[in-house]
Amino acid sequence: MADIAFLLLIFFLVATTMNVDTGLVRVLPPMPDPNVKQEDIKVKERNLLLVFVSGNGNIMAGGQVIDIHQLKDKAKEFIVNAYDDENLPEKEIKEIEMPDGSKRAFPVSQGVISLQTTRDTGYQVYIMVQNELTRAFNEVRDNLSKSVFHGKKFDDLQDEERKVITSAVPLKISEAEPRNMGKK
Amino acid sequence: MAVMKKKGNKGLPPISTASLPDVIFMILFFFMVSTTMRDQELLVRYKLPEATEVQKLEKKSLVSFIHIGQPTLSMQAKFGTAPRIQLNDSYRTTKDILDFVAGERDKLSEMDRAQMTICLKADEGTKMGIITDVKQELRRANALKVSYASSKTLGY
Repeated sequence: MADIAFLLLIFFLVATTMNVDTGLVRVLPPMPDPNVKQEDIKVKERNLLLVFVSGNGNIMAGGQVIDIHQLKDKAKEFIVNAYDDENLPEKEIKEIEMPDGSKRAFPVSQGVISLQTTRDTGYQVYIMVQNELTRAFNEVRDNLSKSVFHGKKFDDLQDEERKVITSAVPLKISEAEPRNMGKK
Repeated sequence: MAVMKKKGNKGLPPISTASLPDVIFMILFFFMVSTTMRDQELLVRYKLPEATEVQKLEKKSLVSFIHIGQPTLSMQAKFGTAPRIQLNDSYRTTKDILDFVAGERDKLSEMDRAQMTICLKADEGTKMGIITDVKQELRRANALKVSYASSKTLGY
């Protein structure tokens, strides 16, 4: 009996792996149709936060060179725009249906964070930047969810409640077009 | 006295192995539950970057993997050390991604196709150039849900 069990045990040890796959989930924008003429989508300057990561890993956000640790707060400030600053994104009041059927108005930020890299930028820096931006969004969502759903964190919400928060704070990170900086 | 003497001669009694199968089965079940099948052999080496805000990949069957990194030591003699893209079980270029995605999509039922996720497993030392090329191909192939594989840390 023990021998058979041992045999099976060793088989499973060899044939399986332990790790759970985790990662930062993103949705890429669809490829523009070449037959349809593209109209340039005009984004107002105040609605755009340009985050640029250079080849040697320096980060520039909104025209200033900043440290990776400052990035999250910078992004949060940009998303929330708590004092309705004229240089930070506009908000659109949007009616969002709550899980109980009622409607509630949320100010939805029109801001887009545009993440650009060079071809030489290291993947690690890129992931760090993506991570900081995700963290900014997650914290904003957490705060909103706590005030709307009685202190519950975003992760603890039901699917429908989560949908409300996600549409109130959409994850708008544009990383579409690569920038060919310097020599290729 | 006689009793004592008899005991001394006998030495330690053997440990009972009657519960051994139970113990082994327990370990076996632990491994069966907590592990997943190894599905493909890796031809590239990578050390995933670290992040704090990672999400688990929900359904394994909807996920296809693209590995990017240096060839493994045994393959380096043949293929050098420049980063390579591995699709299924061989080295490929970005041009093959379209076919790869189409193939993976065919394996899924029609309902699940929109949910298909591509998991990019790239070495942290990779340059963004190659990643961007892969991303552009994925957009062209209309596989828009992407997960940048990274291991979870508590902070840095």
